Amino acid sequence: MSITYVDAILEAQDHLLREDPRVFLYGQDISRFGGAFKATKGLAEAYPGRVLDSPISEDAMIGMAIGAALAGMRPVVEMQFADFSSIAFNQIVNHAGTHFYRTGMPVPITVRLPSGGTPGSGPFHSQSMEAIYSHYPGLVVVTPATVSDAYHMLLQSVALDDPVVYCEHKFLYRWLKASSIDREAPPLGQARITRPGKHATIVAYSAMVHEAVRAADRLKVESGWEIEVVDLRTVKPLDMDTVLASVARTGRLLALGEAFPWGGVTAEVVARVASEGFHLLDAPPKRFNSRDTPVPYHPNLWAAHRPTPETICLAMRELLAF
Amino acid sequence: MPDTAESIELLTDREHARKVYRAMLEARLLETKLSSLYKAGKIVGGVYLGKGQEAVSASLGSCLIPGTDVFAPLIRDQGGRTAFGEEVIDCARTYLGSAEGPMRGRDGNIHRGRPERGMLAMISHLGAAVSVVAGWLLARRLQGRLEGMVGATCIGDGATSTGAFHEGLNAAAVERLPLVVVVANNQFAYSTPNDRQFACEDLLDRAKGYGVRGYSVDGTDFLACLRVMREAVAEARRGGGPQMVVARLLRLTGHGEHDDASYVPESLKCGALGQDCMAVAAGQLVEEGYAEEAELAEWQEEIGEKVQAALAAAQRDPKPDPWREQWEAFSMPQTGDQNA
Repeated sequence: MSITYVDAILEAQDHLLREDPRVFLYGQDISRFGGAFKATKGLAEAYPGRVLDSPISEDAMIGMAIGAALAGMRPVVEMQFADFSSIAFNQIVNHAGTHFYRTGMPVPITVRLPSGGTPGSGPFHSQSMEAIYSHYPGLVVVTPATVSDAYHMLLQSVALDDPVVYCEHKFLYRWLKASSIDREAPPLGQARITRPGKHATIVAYSAMVHEAVRAADRLKVESGWEIEVVDLRTVKPLDMDTVLASVARTGRLLALGEAFPWGGVTAEVVARVASEGFHLLDAPPKRFNSRDTPVPYHPNLWAAHRPTPETICLAMRELLAF
Repeated sequence: MPDTAESIELLTDREHARKVYRAMLEARLLETKLSSLYKAGKIVGGVYLGKGQEAVSASLGSCLIPGTDVFAPLIRDQGGRTAFGEEVIDCARTYLGSAEGPMRGRDGNIHRGRPERGMLAMISHLGAAVSVVAGWLLARRLQGRLEGMVGATCIGDGATSTGAFHEGLNAAAVERLPLVVVVANNQFAYSTPNDRQFACEDLLDRAKGYGVRGYSVDGTDFLACLRVMREAVAEARRGGGPQMVVARLLRLTGHGEHDDASYVPESLKCGALGQDCMAVAAGQLVEEGYAEEAELAEWQEEIGEKVQAALAAAQRDPKPDPWREQWEAFSMPQTGDQNA
């Protein structure tokens, strides 16, 4: 018996609807159809009237969620693809993100963003939006990389009084499986050492955690390097304590992400380590991201657009050779 | 007696007219003072007046029930805010940057609200409140508390061109929520005239496209505004779904007090749309026998003193202190990113 990453998201929403009368789900095709990725399959039947199809109106979807949250509900919005949240950008960053600071009243919405690339998805169904939302004050941004985190972090997101952008990786939906969901999970805002090591640290999040682990396994087999992999889990706030403690052990840092290279989470991690932990470094901290083009459609191009275990190993060898 | 749907329905025309006129008067007197304070350099940022829109705005606000209904005013809605129960001091403090006001210096001027009391704090992005009010109503439906309540928002002719307006009204119509959207067509969006804003003959035509009931009203005609707003709000409250009121009027001032509105042609100012709804209202109150001339003068004095006192008090308030400010955008401190 095993449970996939998308099953965990479905289970979490089932749990939320069962346990919390304030929770309702809103999004395109999520009701009887069960969602484009089946993350809400069966929920409309189990919880009549609480799993609502929205028009193709991302701005209004988030606006509706904000209003409902202010009126005491805990809406969970499914964006069909993270890419389309650009239409809701204003409501997310300017309405939800500013509301507590301006008025003293928080906006407990959770926005699920099916994120990241899969082969053949192309430029508009592959984006990683976490850096954009992290840039703005007032938004918690989470990027679960494991089945258990997908489950627990969704519950934690809904429990939070502040707005949460929950970035779930589409590539992990069916590929990533676990035998069961852990009973407990660390709190939001706490990173995890996924793979301990001593020669260098890879800081990653979401699907890239798995690519980092694969690269680390190869480097171990091929050259005996012991690479530590830190899974950020939450990109805003950033758990710099865990990152700096890891860099203190290894002296070397690669910040790894699937998002576009200009700015972003990896830039933030490198900047923080450079300014807060410069003395811990034995080599210049490195970043590795996707290429600076739209995400290409063809699997050949797509695979070469994002970091892969092969290219991560190349970057790591450079870092280790310094 | 607290306002209820019944108590509003039971208001006589006389009582309703008097209530709305007093809110209009408070808005006009308050905003006239705000303009002076701005010109004297006492207010930073901008001052945005609802001059000419008081009848539309206050008649809407007067049909809403504080504590039950939800209202998202926009920039020219002092009349509606006052009629919905906003205290003068909230406005004064927000414009004057007091640390004591609802926004505590964190936001200013018309970007204020008391969301916990059902009055939302607008953001500058036009149309954004339509879906938020709809969401509030959706929540009340899910909570089983929608019966007898409405949500309302105001918007200008320019904001009807935004995607947010379209998405919000369409989503509200799909859910058949009791939302009243009042479009104050004041002929100009900042400086852009109607003919550069939309191509339909009348914005009212759009109501049909959304599947909502539309109403057209002369926004300078006080009694007509009272009648139409009362009807539209009552229809939404009865479960008639979203209602869209388009009011024709002219902004009798600039976009803000920094703007001399030199782009408004004299012919419009001198025409029917250019009449001041305050003067029309005063005339109609007397003509209908709802109030005496002398009474109007008394109200002017009484409300003027109240406004003056609030503005004086707000000017004596402490200003926000950057050293004591809580620089925290999250409500739950454990999620705070201290090094951000």
